[in-house]
Amino acid sequence: MTPLLEINQLNATVEGRQILKGLSLTVHAGEVHAIMGPNGSGKSTLASILSGRPGYEVTGGSAALDGEDLLGMKPEDRARKGLFLAFQYPVEIPGVNSTYFLKAALNEVRKARGLPELDALEFLEFIKAKMKVLELDPSLLNRPVNEGFSGGEKKRNEIFQMAILEPRLAILDETDSGLDIDALRIVAEGVNRLRKPDNAQVVITHYQRLLDYIVPDYVHVLHDGRIVKSGGKELAYELERRGYDWLTSEARPVSPELTTA
Amino acid sequence: MKSTLTHTAPAKPAPPGPLEAFERFEKRAGHAGPPWLRALRTSGISYFGELGFPAAHHEDWRFTTPSVLAERAYAPAPRPDVQIPGVASLSLVPDGELEAHRLVFVDGHFAPRLSRVLPLEPEQVVTNLREALEFQSSLVESFLGRAARHETSAFAALNTAFLEDGAFVYLPAGRELAAPVHLLFVSSQPGVVSHPRVLVVARAGARAQVIEEYVSLGEQAGFTNAVTEIAAGPGAQVEHVRLQRENGASLHVGTVEARQYKDSRVLSHSVSTGARLARHNIHLRFEEPGCEGVLNGLYTGAGDQLVDHHTIADHRSPHCQSHEFYHGILSGRSRGVFNGRIYVRQDAQKTDAKQTNRNLLLSNEATVYTKPQLEIWADDVKCTHGATVGQLDENAVFYLRSRGIGEARARRMLIGAFASETIGRIGVEALRARLDETLQAWLAEELAAPGPLPLPHPPGLTT
Ligand SMILES: Nc1ncnc2c1ncn2[C@@H]1O[C@H](COP(=O)(O)OP(=O)(O)OP(=O)(O)O)[C@@H](O)[C@H]1O
Ligand SMILES: [Mg+2]
Repeated sequence: MTPLLEINQLNATVEGRQILKGLSLTVHAGEVHAIMGPNGSGKSTLASILSGRPGYEVTGGSAALDGEDLLGMKPEDRARKGLFLAFQYPVEIPGVNSTYFLKAALNEVRKARGLPELDALEFLEFIKAKMKVLELDPSLLNRPVNEGFSGGEKKRNEIFQMAILEPRLAILDETDSGLDIDALRIVAEGVNRLRKPDNAQVVITHYQRLLDYIVPDYVHVLHDGRIVKSGGKELAYELERRGYDWLTSEARPVSPELTTA
Repeated sequence: MKSTLTHTAPAKPAPPGPLEAFERFEKRAGHAGPPWLRALRTSGISYFGELGFPAAHHEDWRFTTPSVLAERAYAPAPRPDVQIPGVASLSLVPDGELEAHRLVFVDGHFAPRLSRVLPLEPEQVVTNLREALEFQSSLVESFLGRAARHETSAFAALNTAFLEDGAFVYLPAGRELAAPVHLLFVSSQPGVVSHPRVLVVARAGARAQVIEEYVSLGEQAGFTNAVTEIAAGPGAQVEHVRLQRENGASLHVGTVEARQYKDSRVLSHSVSTGARLARHNIHLRFEEPGCEGVLNGLYTGAGDQLVDHHTIADHRSPHCQSHEFYHGILSGRSRGVFNGRIYVRQDAQKTDAKQTNRNLLLSNEATVYTKPQLEIWADDVKCTHGATVGQLDENAVFYLRSRGIGEARARRMLIGAFASETIGRIGVEALRARLDETLQAWLAEELAAPGPLPLPHPPGLTT
């Protein structure tokens, strides 16, 4: 079976600095993967590169979605093919109404999937249920995208967008940070309800607590631009207990790239 | 501390053109209208004679090359005999979408058959100026030339010298004008100039909305030199919209001068998308306490267009507020100029004045000159200003794209949002919707293949 996401020996630089150093990861449909790792290890960089953010240079390796090369695709085409990134820092878009934005995005994605576009009424009907699941304040929809949203509202809004776009592969970059305890549970439940046999989720987090709610099939540790350890969900507990030191010192000798300045 | 405020150029001899043209104009039109008008016109031409066209080095005209304007014809256009295909195809807001008193002017001359005034309440006046000069001469006399300072502005002086027609809106105390007034100025003949004059008087507590729209027939260069005077009595509210959509060859000078009395509000909107060279002078004067003025504007430029706004919020009395928001979108090699003055006179304590000018540059060759000018003689005031010039926020572009929205559309959405901030302040809904739509269409073309804002060709026109 073709994996949903296949990353092979990915190398990438930002402003001349190498951040990803031969990263490989395979995700099959129906799976949930967690990526953990110290600050600055390259987790958000990986998410950015997969979603096509300008400013990163891929210097080697490959990434494919459903067997199709991702790295040559425009960001909008990746989204239309079913890739979704819940941003670590969602962007405020002054003046662009949330409802208008969501409808535009949904219809683009539907068009790409060969589905008819929804008109205004159908759209409102469609999002009503999703809003309930995430307990989103409906008044946010009348405001410009993310503008003046609280940190938690922004994160919840990301998952709301995910619920609307129903991606095949969702990458959640520290969606739990900034959420209060209730919000964490609500958002996690929202994410779990979106889980289907034909889609997959990659959850980037620093905290094992999130993984109590969104239970991963695999946990990976990203350190200095590559995956240095993979395991089952029990690895997260171990990391919680022991931190990263034992892994990084173990990893250091076997990574020749580390000797570059 | 400065002791004088001067807006005048050092006198430069007036070119013979306008003076000769005035003699011919006098022969043709001088006898028409009341005697006082003749005196007013004569004072207009003599002030113009003193002022001349502003010199290129004049501070107020540093960017808008006045010689281009000076080289043009000065003679007012004769009454045209072209057939105008109908307002519907020329105006941004078709008849069905806006219930308004509509007065149409072709090359400065009133076109009664294309115009329509809705029923009015007693003493309310919505008419063309020529008719008002004939039938309500003394009413017009008490207001005409009182707000526009033709002693200090060459173009206002020229407009006064050639004053012949335009619009007169008069509201007696306490009455609201139920429907907006829509004035459509069509420039139809190349190489001629029109000097339309608009006079809006709202007495105590009256309210009105007046939209001026300037368009061209065809692609040839016209020259419009328009002056609008607004008098807002105590507690009155006047919303004034200026839509400049002339063709990309035209020259346009537009002056708006408002005098405000106690507790009045004037909302001035200027949307300028057309003309090769457009210069707008918009002045609000707060003569008495408690006034509020809004200076709101949106300008777009493409190709070689130049669009220049010089605004003044003149706080002459205490407890007045001015709020200014101007947004510019410039592409191609176009240039934008924004010069926003705030005067706070010695007596104008407790003034609250805000000004922002934001600009988006869509190309590397587009430029903008922005300059706030605060001159403050009072000590207990709140004045803020800010100007930005920049490109689109690429993080925002990426965010939209990451949700499946194509790049061009993402950019249009963001630029549209930027423009909508100003468009959204206009109180005429039909107009807002049309402006948003036109802007989107312009952006679609501009981001694909740059050029000036397209002007729809009126159907069935043969020239
Ligand atoms: N645009 C950029 N310019 C320069 N350096 C960058 C840029 N983007 C990322 N980096 C660097 O790349 C490294 C990896 O950053 P990244 O954001 O991927 O880390 P992370 O694993 O997501 O960290 P965190 O857990 O703090 O979110 C960091 O050292 C960061 O400073
Ligand atoms: Mg990160």
